[in-house]
Amino acid sequence: MDNSVAERIKSDIESNDVVLYMKGTPVFPQCGFSSAVVQVLTHLGVKFKGIDVLVDPSLREGIKSFSSWPTIPQLYVKGEFVGGCDIVREMYQTGELMEMLSSKGVDVQVKA
Amino acid sequence: MAMDAALIESLIREGIPDAEVRIEDLRGDGDHYAAYVESAAFKGKTRVQQHKMVYDALQGRMGGELHALALQTSIPKDA
Repeated sequence: MDNSVAERIKSDIESNDVVLYMKGTPVFPQCGFSSAVVQVLTHLGVKFKGIDVLVDPSLREGIKSFSSWPTIPQLYVKGEFVGGCDIVREMYQTGELMEMLSSKGVDVQVKA
Repeated sequence: MAMDAALIESLIREGIPDAEVRIEDLRGDGDHYAAYVESAAFKGKTRVQQHKMVYDALQGRMGGELHALALQTSIPKDA
């Protein structure tokens, strides 16, 4: 991986509490898995930065090796890799996601 | 890009020998699967680590050849 890509990922996950590497944008997700994670975060009222990997092939490959995780979307909270869509969905269903976000000091406001 | 369900199952079993594996073809198109994997080897591991073990078993196919695999891992109750 190009060092500049790793540097960019590092700076993005360090300067934003919640970062989602995804296909498409939060408004127009281009893949069902990305869309599912956006829905969960939106439902929890979490502010997050969505980064579209489709517009940058080096980032699309770079984030996979950065996290040693083969798929996208990828969720980072406070600089830490949380998981992909299946993990986020499961953690949401069990309530672990909300717990983890609050314990890390991220604002959660569940929408009715 | 499609991949056979039996191949996914055998790769996971090869990588995690004690695993109980169930594959569902979600859309019947040979391209969108759900895998349920239960193994005592997951004990003491985080979800990320458990999923990684399954991805490792798939030997690099995940994210490439295999685009859509919804994955759920669990530990047997008596493990």
